[in-house]
Amino acid sequence: MTTSGAENALFWVLAPLMVLAALGLLFARKAVHAAVCVMFVMVGLAVLYVALEAPFLGVVQVVVYTGAVMMLFLFVLMLVGVDAADSLTETIRGQRWLGLLLGLGLVVVLLGVIAQAAFPPAAGLAATEAVTNPVALARVLLGDYVLAMEAVGVLLVTAALAGLVLTHRRRLSVRPTQRVLAAARVAALPEGRTLTPLPAPGVYAQNNAMDTPALGPDGEPLPHSVPRVLRIRGQERSATAVLAEEETLVPREDLRRIGVGPSSDVPDGTTSPGEDDDEGGEVR
Amino acid sequence: MEITHYLGLAAVLFAIGAATVLLRRNAIVVFMGVELMLNATNLAFVTFARIHGDVTGQVLAFFVMVVAAAEVVVGLAIIITIFRSRRSASVDDVNLLQS
Repeated sequence: MTTSGAENALFWVLAPLMVLAALGLLFARKAVHAAVCVMFVMVGLAVLYVALEAPFLGVVQVVVYTGAVMMLFLFVLMLVGVDAADSLTETIRGQRWLGLLLGLGLVVVLLGVIAQAAFPPAAGLAATEAVTNPVALARVLLGDYVLAMEAVGVLLVTAALAGLVLTHRRRLSVRPTQRVLAAARVAALPEGRTLTPLPAPGVYAQNNAMDTPALGPDGEPLPHSVPRVLRIRGQERSATAVLAEEETLVPREDLRRIGVGPSSDVPDGTTSPGEDDDEGGEVR
Repeated sequence: MEITHYLGLAAVLFAIGAATVLLRRNAIVVFMGVELMLNATNLAFVTFARIHGDVTGQVLAFFVMVVAAAEVVVGLAIIITIFRSRRSASVDDVNLLQS
């Protein structure tokens, strides 16, 4: 059966592109490029299926192969590492030429067989598709091949289970629950740990840097309110230094005179509203 | 154009897939070669279904697709497991049984 002109054009446009993409799979250095090439081949195959009077298979091809299988491939590629280029060193000597030779030989043999074989005049599917293509397929699938279909269902369930089992990782330790974590925190109380989150660093009117400790209710600086990294690096500033700087900026007597200064010498961390105009630069 | 040209395309795709399996070392690319071969057989199935006017070929292509999906799940899981223990997806590194 000779095909229509439109199908001719479709085939001769699509087939060379598909062969090129398949060669891309063979020669692309990076696995992601190979995956994209295979995706192109599969979409092209879906188009050809539709041209070959198998629209249902064309849709399934797109959904299953490009939608599920190749996405799975891409996921695994991301998991394994996208940058991993294939090594080109031959471990078996002459493997490359032998492989190419075998591939070419396979092409020659298969094409020869196809050229030699005598095919009956193509019947086309117009007769069987008096009903639609999915219905015709379903009649065969659920009629003649119902047992095979059940077996394939079992196979799919088994494969899903196998995927779960093979990628399962056993935990080496028991996963800590919230109750265990709470008990551990209470047990660490005698060692000076706190139950609550640590206090935030000091916030003063003229600077709220991370490196100055907060003041507790008793007016004493809380060293653990400064991040541990800054403490280890020795980059924290003492609260007394900060407060002394404030003293130099605005003498305490002036504050007392205008009636907003602290009445006692206990540093309470809060400064008067009158002195926060432009001292930020000087503190830094 | 004869309809057998589709069979020629299927043969070429199959051979390229086979060459990929023979030549490439990245296990995932090898696996994609296997997929390409399965797709080529599917194309041949669908073409034969049209030649003979019988949708049984399409049903068989459908079965091949399902089996390929199951195969991909198991194969990629195996590749991931090997990668976890060996930090490599190259088929050359899996030669512990050799020596």
